[in-house]
Amino acid sequence: MQTLRRLAPQIVTLLAVCLLVTLFFPGFLDISMSGGRLVGPVIDILKRSAPVALLAIGMTLVIATRGIDLSVGTVIAICGAVAAWAIAGGMGLWAAVALAIGAGLLAGLWNGVLVAVIGIQPIVATLILMTAGRGIAQLITEGRILTFTDPGFAWFGSGTLFGMPVPAVIWIVTGVVMAQLMRRTALGLLVEAIGINRRASALAGVNALVLLIAVYMASGLCAALAGIITAADIRGADANNAGLWLELDAILAVVIGGNSLLGGRFSIAAALLGALIIQTIDTGILLAGFPSEYNLVIKAGLVVIILVLQSPRLATEWYFWRRSVREGPPPATTKEHAR
Amino acid sequence: MLLTIRSLTKTFPGTLALDDVRFDLAAGEVHALLGENGAGKSTLIKCLTGAYRPDAGEITLDGAVVAPRSTGEAQELGIGTVYQEVNLLPNLTVAQNLCFGREPRRFGLVSSRGMKAMAEGMLDGYGLDIDVSRDLGTYSVAIQQIVAIARAVALSGKVLILDEPTASLDAREVEMLFDVVRGLRAQGLGIVFVSHFLDQVFDLSDRVTVLRNGRHIVTEDIAALDRVRLIEHMLGHALEDEVEARNAGHVEARRPPMLHFEGMARRGVIEGFDLEVGQGEVVGLAGLLGSGRTESAELLFGLRAATAGTARDQEGPLTLDSPRAAIRAGFGFAPEDRKTDGIVADLSVRENIALALQARRGWARPIPRAEQQRLAEMYIERLDIRTSDAEKAVGDLSGGNQQKVVLARWLAMNPRFLILDEPTRGIDVGAHAEILRLIHQLTDEGMSVLLISSELDELIAVSDRVIVVRDRRHVAELTGAGISTETIVHAIAQHARKDGEAA
Repeated sequence: MQTLRRLAPQIVTLLAVCLLVTLFFPGFLDISMSGGRLVGPVIDILKRSAPVALLAIGMTLVIATRGIDLSVGTVIAICGAVAAWAIAGGMGLWAAVALAIGAGLLAGLWNGVLVAVIGIQPIVATLILMTAGRGIAQLITEGRILTFTDPGFAWFGSGTLFGMPVPAVIWIVTGVVMAQLMRRTALGLLVEAIGINRRASALAGVNALVLLIAVYMASGLCAALAGIITAADIRGADANNAGLWLELDAILAVVIGGNSLLGGRFSIAAALLGALIIQTIDTGILLAGFPSEYNLVIKAGLVVIILVLQSPRLATEWYFWRRSVREGPPPATTKEHAR
Repeated sequence: MLLTIRSLTKTFPGTLALDDVRFDLAAGEVHALLGENGAGKSTLIKCLTGAYRPDAGEITLDGAVVAPRSTGEAQELGIGTVYQEVNLLPNLTVAQNLCFGREPRRFGLVSSRGMKAMAEGMLDGYGLDIDVSRDLGTYSVAIQQIVAIARAVALSGKVLILDEPTASLDAREVEMLFDVVRGLRAQGLGIVFVSHFLDQVFDLSDRVTVLRNGRHIVTEDIAALDRVRLIEHMLGHALEDEVEARNAGHVEARRPPMLHFEGMARRGVIEGFDLEVGQGEVVGLAGLLGSGRTESAELLFGLRAATAGTARDQEGPLTLDSPRAAIRAGFGFAPEDRKTDGIVADLSVRENIALALQARRGWARPIPRAEQQRLAEMYIERLDIRTSDAEKAVGDLSGGNQQKVVLARWLAMNPRFLILDEPTRGIDVGAHAEILRLIHQLTDEGMSVLLISSELDELIAVSDRVIVVRDRRHVAELTGAGISTETIVHAIAQHARKDGEAA
């Protein structure tokens, strides 16, 4: 019940966006079975939102600790390059996956150590890898687009599991596992505690150092999964364009999910709904048949509307406006909770 | 009357913060506004300064009904406020702070010479001899406080509200501030003075108004009141508890020794000291601000690693190189600044109480929700934490209740050695007595306590032994009947002049 109330704004927004798209493109909600797999615009959205959704999972945790991880877009490129390099080098499927995930964890460890041990501000610390990362990926691919033809690895991008596209299955499973890990153990509470007040938490015996590093590593892991999917989807690693600017979409997803950039209380589910909202807008604009040059402007416009509607301030103003309309001019309206 | 408030009412979801409150302020008087935390003082002030808008009631200033909608509007009407934490910008110069928002201009640009003259004019008559072109942050809190007053008076000029202005000042600075306030009173300003320090109220005020539970209790001339009656008004019951607490203690009993610290030191922070703590003993740490009291505690809790010294208990040596190590050794630490170091404001009372216990159990073994709930409810009842329920965010509680939540967090750990740094600072009389009583109760059960406090009465009331810290050194140890205000002050005073300069 409580969870539902927390997620209500995002669910309503997602439904509204879907409705809007259906108005322009009536076949939007059609789903059919074809050759053992579900097809339809909605399924396509579930598949295409995989990279942003995965990044949003890790980003939610990082933001909950009052941090931010700008490097995830380039970590996608690095991990994709590592995977493609391993596959092309004939190391086999699982070695490629393991190496890519290892690269993601290593990137997260680097960020985590810079933030937690050395004490660099998260935005600066992760900016280092954000800039350097594409260079590292280019070194791995030796400046080319590294392609491969391993059908086993390509399955991560275009395969089907239980009738669903594999990327969709991966992000949904990762999201559920991560959310359960946070809420069934005490990790969620401890992460929120260090995000709200690191010093007080450390004084209470919370191991803030290790937790912070772990959170950045979780973000790196999520980026690695996204990198595998991206590389598998195009059967190649493009060091220059894989995951380009996706960190910003991921942050946007977290914010649309109602998570505060100031850290503290977080909801992975809400961030995932945020990622779905973004992808629905993206796909919807294309389906509705707008010329492609309008895409970004329409998207920006919709995002602004969503964020304005979700702002707590607007809700308060609306509440008092309604009350004053109902009761006539009040003796005095309040601007409380001004903290 | 300069300012009249009649039947002011303000409700928040679930609480009636102000109920039909009245208040008068004459020009040229200092009117103290007193009450426990949660009595409605802050709400009343926020209604005056426009931060809140009252649900009902009337505020009259100079014969005209006013309803300020913002602090800016209140200032224009003539109501200025100075808060406990200085609300100025420490990284700007004194002059920039004073002239902020109305800088004198020349050819459309800010004239720094004009600003300096204007600032010096504003500070004229406050007895301050400071360089207004230096950053505000380089001056002591007292001077910043006076600058804030000067700004408020210049902007407003009729009513000055001082909300706990002395909480972070030492005695000399308080005197300095009071001279300024008396000067303003002589100029005909109406001054509302909010403070927890009753001595200061008696020292400065002309009249007193007491609020309790959002209601007006009494308004009287200060001369007609004595301390005990004033406290009775504030608490609504006689102060038996506090009296009882004062009479207990000082039983010279041999306590079985529990912890031994030898030569604990950190260069430039605190010189080496030895400390023995017996089971069930309260060791008091007295000294001026900056003398090394807090630093001693931080060393014992591993918050700053000691560069020398050993710690051991009856079983063997203890490592205390981090808070986590100290917690493993059975220590607890309620820090002085509970807002920044104690509470986790956005988490609920339940989560705050469970936090340390959860941290010790590790993330993989969560405390079941029902158990957390049971702990929270137990301590809410045992410590009388005033909250609507265990799910309320701790940041929404009043200071005394926040302190109790921090205490509850440690009590849930059942530590053998609890370090309390200024546990009663800034909290009201009722909660104060409760916390002292709690210390007694805990030590009766065998817990040892290290109590750091600036209030000698408090130290004397609960300590079995008092250690005096001065110039980053432990200089004296008083026991039993040797503990009294005079002996402590004497020990501090031997070099106090030097300390005073440094503080």
